[in-house]
Amino acid sequence: MVSKGAKRRGPLLLLIVVTSLVLAACGGTKVGSSNSAAPTTSTSAKACGTFNLAVNPWVGYEADAAVVAYIAQTKLGCTVVKKNLSEEISWQGFSTGEVDAVLENWGHADLVKKYITDQKVAQDAGPSGNKGVIGWYVPPFLAAAHPDIVDSKNLNKYANLFKTSESGGKGAFLDGDPSYVTNDEALMKNLKLNFKVVYTGSEAALITAFRNGQTQKKPVIGYFYEPQWFLSEVALKHVALPAYTAGCDTDPKKVACDYPPYELNKVVSVKFATSGSPAWNLVKNFSWTNDDQNLVAKYIAQDKMTDDQAAKKWVDANPDKVKAWMAG
Amino acid sequence: MANATLVHEEIIAPRTPKSLLGAKFAVLGVIWLSSALILRGNSTLPLDRSSLTSVHTWLSGLSSAIDRNRNSNPFFVNTIDKIRSSINTFVNLLQDAISQGTATRSVPQIGWLGVVAIIGLVVALWASIRVAILAVAGFITLGLLGLWQESMDTLALTLAAVVLSLLIGIPFGVLAGLFPKFEKLITPVLDFAQVMPTFVYLTPVTLFFLIGPASATIVTLIYSIPPALRITAVAIREVPWSTVEASISMGSTRWQALRKVQLPQAKRTIVVGINQTIMAALSMVTIAALIDAPGLGRVVVQALETLNVGRSFQAGLAIVIMAVVLDRSTTAAAAKVQIATSHKKPVSRRVTRSTKWLGLAITLVAIYLSNVYLWASQFPGAGLLGIKVAAIADSATGWIQLHLVTVTNGLTNIFSYGLINPIQSVLVDAPWYTTAAALVLTGYLLKGTRLAAVVAICIAILLVSGLWSDSMVTLAATLVAALITVVLGIAVGTWVGRSMRVDRILRPILDAGQVMPAFVYLVPFLGLFGATRFTAIMAAVVYASPAAIKLVADGIRSVPESITEAAISAGSNTWQLITKVQLPSARRAIALAINQGLIYVLAMVVVGGLVGAGGLGYLVVAGFAQENLKGKGLAAGVAIVMLGIMIDRITQAVADRRDVHAKTIR
Repeated sequence: MVSKGAKRRGPLLLLIVVTSLVLAACGGTKVGSSNSAAPTTSTSAKACGTFNLAVNPWVGYEADAAVVAYIAQTKLGCTVVKKNLSEEISWQGFSTGEVDAVLENWGHADLVKKYITDQKVAQDAGPSGNKGVIGWYVPPFLAAAHPDIVDSKNLNKYANLFKTSESGGKGAFLDGDPSYVTNDEALMKNLKLNFKVVYTGSEAALITAFRNGQTQKKPVIGYFYEPQWFLSEVALKHVALPAYTAGCDTDPKKVACDYPPYELNKVVSVKFATSGSPAWNLVKNFSWTNDDQNLVAKYIAQDKMTDDQAAKKWVDANPDKVKAWMAG
Repeated sequence: MANATLVHEEIIAPRTPKSLLGAKFAVLGVIWLSSALILRGNSTLPLDRSSLTSVHTWLSGLSSAIDRNRNSNPFFVNTIDKIRSSINTFVNLLQDAISQGTATRSVPQIGWLGVVAIIGLVVALWASIRVAILAVAGFITLGLLGLWQESMDTLALTLAAVVLSLLIGIPFGVLAGLFPKFEKLITPVLDFAQVMPTFVYLTPVTLFFLIGPASATIVTLIYSIPPALRITAVAIREVPWSTVEASISMGSTRWQALRKVQLPQAKRTIVVGINQTIMAALSMVTIAALIDAPGLGRVVVQALETLNVGRSFQAGLAIVIMAVVLDRSTTAAAAKVQIATSHKKPVSRRVTRSTKWLGLAITLVAIYLSNVYLWASQFPGAGLLGIKVAAIADSATGWIQLHLVTVTNGLTNIFSYGLINPIQSVLVDAPWYTTAAALVLTGYLLKGTRLAAVVAICIAILLVSGLWSDSMVTLAATLVAALITVVLGIAVGTWVGRSMRVDRILRPILDAGQVMPAFVYLVPFLGLFGATRFTAIMAAVVYASPAAIKLVADGIRSVPESITEAAISAGSNTWQLITKVQLPSARRAIALAINQGLIYVLAMVVVGGLVGAGGLGYLVVAGFAQENLKGKGLAAGVAIVMLGIMIDRITQAVADRRDVHAKTIR
């Protein structure tokens, strides 16, 4: 396509292109002309430095992290590095010095033993204020149709409703995310329930099953937990198991009682706790209710706000709580 | 035809004529099935979800021991930390250049305009102007989707991984190509690297290399080195030995022969290897996001937390676009290398040179502008296209779930009750020794004692892993998925292979199936098929069938035109032409498609564990999530590799036999 003349036209074209590009650019804002305004040096008592915050993969945690990171960044002048990690790897980060804090810990006795008791690289930083509930749930339409289904004693009567291609003739009971300890197989055996535990393998699979169950009026029963953003979309009904008493779940093979209530707590690395960073003070004091967390989680999950937008909205509306967290 | 003495190939297998072999397999199958049914329920080796064997506990202890010594052991402190910091430096350099700001600068050194110009120039120089236009359009679309920075993070990480893969893969590949003994030695290592589920080594890798770019890169490398290495080895071996001998007889040393003869001639195939390496690296972006790798993968993972299908599709689409651009560019570059090496000189040197200078000048100006001015640095606009794409994806999934759910539920039940349940119950309920004996005998009949020994070793390791029963669950689902994949592969592959137009239309869809992260379509699939084994099978089919289709199409296309023309002139209709001529001649390609289909299906076992398939996949996921199941997860990963090696070797032996058989006819 290009002929011999191109050799001579080349430099000319080049000149035209270069000048026109440069001219076009003249009116533009230059890089760096505006960014000096952003993080001004807030010369507070102690410099915060870098704060490595683990973000575990569920929305409730994301809400915790959004608010704490927002406050640390805007009010304490910290450089917050959020690290998106699973729980296991977050804890491992305490030992390698790559993670300072975990804001919502669900028990994890095995990790507590390994990193707090044995290796002594992490420590408990008190409750986060959130109450965790693990248990069995059914979609609301089912509870409305069969009011007595919410007691595990009556479940066998309904086992046929829950049969699927996966459950081998029994009722299918859905278990979810493998991160959480479940006793469900033992419970089926010990409570003599005619159900087979089907491992869905992820929270996404569990939520989809419950969501479709409700919209298509298809009976579903499974393991779920609170606080969880999905409960504000579909208010699942809790199924009662024989009441929990201290020690009734010690032998995992003989469990025949409900899950214990969880006091969710914060965990930090020992290094962070002794650093004197103002972020440590914030993490130590941070505590809020399930309603608080659900609200911010709703901003993120349903209103599709970014973490910072959601955090700002909540922080602006709750100055007293924020103030209490920042107090000495 | 049955005269085995016509075979010139060196075969170690017992030289059994084909028809007799078929009869033997039929007898073997009947014996296995009847004994499995008679003895059903005996010695099935089940193991409860939460039960551990001593092997699992031992494996857990092993990893804890490493954990404890991480910070005191000189090996870690010196060697590993050095590797880690140099990889980090390399990745950070790329990120500073195109994706991330630094402490003193809020935006990367080269903004979007500069990156687009560089891509355009590089592709135009090494591939072609047409592909360069595609590449530029593709990259601008990434910006319009509102995902410029995320895309550049992904590009930076992918580039880093690809460069390192090639630096390691090509030299070792050359060695493997030159020394068959070396290749035999590393083949099992490569098998492990490619089949072992990433979830198994995610935790150890972050323990060794800490959280950060280095770990993300290493995780990707494990998966992307093998294709680079394997294809380079093939490339070297393909160069006719006579040309090497000729060069040596003319006085060049072995090293000179390699440099002057073998490498240049292998160039084209090596570029194909680069292409596969890029694809492998890109397929790891979502997994790497689980250990804090920035980029498009993180968008997908975060969208999954809120089941935000639209948002994850948006990011998935960006990954597909990037893959298509990189694929087409490297493929075009490979074609150009071939033209260049097959002597013909480029059309006109002078013209190309002046255009080159012009392109270079424009690129330099663009880089300068994107460094200095904000409009050329940060992609303008609010990503409206992305919002629109997300909205469309959302409403499409909504509509499908509402209107197709009765059909899909029916489909799930037909496949589950009609196919998966019977196969699974035979495999799971059969005594382990009958199935093991049948597998070993299959190996023996195909390739003699050597293959029988390989199969026996795999089975022994499966037994030691303590997960025989779960392995059979996984094997059943794998077989069903592979069956669907192969049927699709042959049907669609024939269609694609016979028409370039169909190829052009379907290829982007096939590419999308191969690189779209499974996490993107997991939620819609769960909505359609529920948390069942069938969902897992469908996900595997989406991932595996493009490869099978491409291979079959390639095989159909490579049938010499003289043969098809002869058949047509002899009066064959289209159906006869396909079934009597094209498919039989493409036998070798079909066998390869079956082999690759099975391996690809196996690569999705872990994803299956996330959607209700249970089996080994679930155990791997659980091992990743729970400290006390770590050893069991590792054992499950090893079991998946063993199934993979067994399936690979057996199907390859079948393919080789067909090959030999085809040669016998000629």
